[in-house]
Amino acid sequence: MIAYLIRRILYAIPILIGVNLLTFALFFVINTPDDMARMQLGIKRVTPEAIEKWKLQRGYDKPMMINSAAAGTGKLTDTIFWQKSASMFVLDFGYSDDGRSISREIATRMGPSLAIALPTFLIGLVIYVSFALLMTLFRATALDIAGVALCVLLMSISGLFYIIGGQFLISKLWHLVPISGYDGGLSSFKFVVLPIVIGVIGGIGSSSRWYRTIFLEEIGKDYVRTARAKGLSELRVLFTHVLKNAMIPILTGVVVVIPLLFMGSLLTESFFGIPGLGSYTIDAINAQDFSVVRAMVFLGSLLYIVGLILTDVSYTMVDPRVRLQ
Amino acid sequence: MLDSRPTPSRGQALRGNDVRGCFVSFMPVILWSDALVFLLLAACGAVTWYVRRQEHLLLPWRRVAQSSVAMVSLLVLSLFLLVGGLDTLHYRVALQDNNGDRTVYSPEVLSVFDKLVEPLRLHTEKTYSAPLAVTLYAKESITDAQGRVVREYPRLQYGGAHLSDAAQRDGDVVQRALMGAASGVVLALLLFFVANFKARRAVVVATLILAALIGMTMNLAAVYHVLGTDKVGQDVLYLALKSIRTGLIIGTVTTLVTLPLALFLGVAAGYFRGWVDDVIQYVYTVLSSIPSVLLIAAAVLMMQVTIDTHPGWFDTAAARADLRLVFLCLILGMTSWTGLCRLLRGETLKLREMEYIQAAQSFGVSSLRILSRHIMPNVMHIILIALVMDFSALVLAEAVLSYVGVGVDPSMISFGTMINGARLEMAREPMVWWALVAAFGFMLVLVLAANLFADAVRDAFDPRLNRT
Repeated sequence: MIAYLIRRILYAIPILIGVNLLTFALFFVINTPDDMARMQLGIKRVTPEAIEKWKLQRGYDKPMMINSAAAGTGKLTDTIFWQKSASMFVLDFGYSDDGRSISREIATRMGPSLAIALPTFLIGLVIYVSFALLMTLFRATALDIAGVALCVLLMSISGLFYIIGGQFLISKLWHLVPISGYDGGLSSFKFVVLPIVIGVIGGIGSSSRWYRTIFLEEIGKDYVRTARAKGLSELRVLFTHVLKNAMIPILTGVVVVIPLLFMGSLLTESFFGIPGLGSYTIDAINAQDFSVVRAMVFLGSLLYIVGLILTDVSYTMVDPRVRLQ
Repeated sequence: MLDSRPTPSRGQALRGNDVRGCFVSFMPVILWSDALVFLLLAACGAVTWYVRRQEHLLLPWRRVAQSSVAMVSLLVLSLFLLVGGLDTLHYRVALQDNNGDRTVYSPEVLSVFDKLVEPLRLHTEKTYSAPLAVTLYAKESITDAQGRVVREYPRLQYGGAHLSDAAQRDGDVVQRALMGAASGVVLALLLFFVANFKARRAVVVATLILAALIGMTMNLAAVYHVLGTDKVGQDVLYLALKSIRTGLIIGTVTTLVTLPLALFLGVAAGYFRGWVDDVIQYVYTVLSSIPSVLLIAAAVLMMQVTIDTHPGWFDTAAARADLRLVFLCLILGMTSWTGLCRLLRGETLKLREMEYIQAAQSFGVSSLRILSRHIMPNVMHIILIALVMDFSALVLAEAVLSYVGVGVDPSMISFGTMINGARLEMAREPMVWWALVAAFGFMLVLVLAANLFADAVRDAFDPRLNRT
């Protein structure tokens, strides 16, 4: 198991190098730092001096990959690639355009993001799986058909509608919770409850339907027939046998996203004014702060790869037949 | 007046000719997205022609046709496709006073659809007005007949302008709606009898309902703003109808990128294995490990820089917005091919161990021929299911991306830009809700129809579902 984990982590390194090279190509090769400077300073009437100054302030005045002017290892390290891209491997994300340390911003903003994303994820998982089990229990009846129809309807509605509609109904019309904002500690409850409810409702359609398909696939198998032949009740069959055996496909979809919860949700956070990583990213996109976007891309893929490894580990926990070697 | 002159709506014979004094001449414009749509249509036509001649390929489609839900959604989808298709035939009108031999064309790119609904496009009010309203949404100071200044809701310039008294509106609306609905139904019934049309009851009922709705809307839209007007007085119904093309293009043109990448790389990885498999797996693992919204945001930001630093590339604003749309499709395609590629690789790995493939290999059939004759036809159902399932997700994604600021050009009419423009108006008192409701409503109908149709296609093509 340990050997397997080490191998997986080693295998993640070339992938992260690939991500790094891709973002480097995207941010520095397609458009040179000169283009970006011109964009930031305004297209018309920008002097070469102003561009040089902009590049110097942000450390973009160095050569791209190889610095032939420098001596020794400086040939490689005193370059844009080394200082802006390769440094992300040690989680050194540098500074945003307004001069703040990106790493510190990430550390402080993770909390609010998690305060929304984690409850949404947990409550959502329980509700989706229960709803799917309910539909499976009443499969091929009017209740099941109505449930599936409801799911298709819910998944056809834009996620923006849930947020805008929810804010309007709960906050503006009924004045139950504030429209947006955030506070530390327990007093944040009134701010996070609406985003969580909306996040859970927004996912019901596609997730419940997906779990229902998984359960229906399991329920046609031989061990289910055996369990029924033993005289077990349908509920018992569903909860102890089907649910356990459906764990592998469920975990495949679920565990991957756990580390990504740190990243928060772009839409929810920006609509509800939550100072998390999602709204940080969206602000950076709107302000065209490339260093922040670059950092978030790298962080996102790092967390995704961690999620993949966690998925494999979780298999061994629910299924003793799975051995990692 | 440019628009009062008779204009050939489909006058191909006049293309390029300068027939001054008789017709307004025009120049057909083929934007990049138009060309891709035509390419897609040609491909669809070729596939249809091929499938029609092969009974075994036709069989699953017959199963689709047996589903009432699928046929009703197809009916709705084809209405959307009709609007989107008409909106894809672009042209530029020649300006009236052209000096010398060279005709100067208007910088405004119009489409056949714009021409058909010209009143909707040109009848712009001053600012917001509610659906079917005859007055503006806010009070203004008006000088009345006696010269006194009063605060009143001013009458609209076009909406309900035929009414002498605003109080007649309700009766007029009901009368027009009923007349329109009735004439729609009568026309549809006439068409049924003339074409000797036979269909299932659900389809007939759906057709009649749609005909009634369309007739009602058309009859009302002639003199009212059926869905109100937006901040700059544009008809919301017109905006919603124009958004259809953007949504359809995002949903379909993206497949032009996804399909070849996923098909060739997935099949090659599964069939050749070894280092080919390693390289392809590496590429798609790298791409799929970046959260797609972030990758799209990064790529769109970079594209924006390129477009902004090269303003000389585009002759019209429409061309610039269009290129951004095509790029967006390209980027969406680049981020979404990995899932399909993984599926195809897995399926090919399974297929290549089949006896008929091994037989072909031992006969010395070349790899290329095995791939094209034996592997490709057997993975087609996966591709088809994935493509129809992706469509609705892409239409929904467009709205979200436009909100995040990495979607289509802000000047391009789309569901995303409509929602983005209207969401702040919810805070007004009284509330301006119609633009949001229109955008969400049109999107819901389009995506719901696409989802239902996709389900029927999946049920018909998926070999894992056992049928009796």
